[in-house]
Amino acid sequence: MLVNQFLILGAVLFCIGVYGVIARRNAVMVLMSIELILNSVNLNLLAFALRNGSVDGHVFALYIITVAAAEVGVGLALVLLVYRNRKSIGLEELSEMKG
Amino acid sequence: MVAQNIAFGIVAAIMVWGALRVVTVNNVVHAALWLVLVLAGAAAQYVILAAEFIAITQVLVYIGAVMVLFLFGTMLTRARIGAERELNNKSWWLGVPSAGLLLGVLTLALVSGFGDEELPKDAAIVSTEQISDQIFGPYLLPFWALSFVLLVAVIGAIVLARKD
Repeated sequence: MLVNQFLILGAVLFCIGVYGVIARRNAVMVLMSIELILNSVNLNLLAFALRNGSVDGHVFALYIITVAAAEVGVGLALVLLVYRNRKSIGLEELSEMKG
Repeated sequence: MVAQNIAFGIVAAIMVWGALRVVTVNNVVHAALWLVLVLAGAAAQYVILAAEFIAITQVLVYIGAVMVLFLFGTMLTRARIGAERELNNKSWWLGVPSAGLLLGVLTLALVSGFGDEELPKDAAIVSTEQISDQIFGPYLLPFWALSFVLLVAVIGAIVLARKD
């Protein structure tokens, strides 16, 4: 097995995820695309862990899975809140937010 | 080694097809189900990469918990479940050159960086014991930080989603 076959698969999934984040209007779909991106990163970490014969990549992959779970929880709570106030989860509803 | 390459090819093709469907399909529930396919394929790739514990965690956390969250989110924010227009932005086509350019640069960098470097053959499977030795040894501080992140996320989600 080549190192590159896993890394390029990760790159392809990453780019599909980036396309989804840019193209999608629905907030839930954007969150799904972010999941794709995080998974491609995990694939890279595990490929490098095998290449270098170390366990560190596995630890970071676990941490990324945890962060992704937390991110989806908070993200969907935010989406729910926006839907309750606006009756829509289109991202352009958020264009009035001023920092 | 040949068997692993064949398994990799099949699973990779399924994953890329599923990921393309996730970002193009016109139905939120269908997109979630395609995402299940991609995540299951990722778990299979982790097994090929000798990472059994991560693969099991992937199935438990992503396919078990995160997908249920997605389906609940879809149900709670949409009265009707079915195909709908306007899932994409008006300027959705901007994503194609952006993602294409990114893919080109990444592929170029990877090919020139790693060429045809081989992964070590007959690598031992990383045991759960080794991973836990790392987590509760050198990576204890990030583990604590992560525990706080989860706690804050749980509290934040409750505060945001409850009705006053």
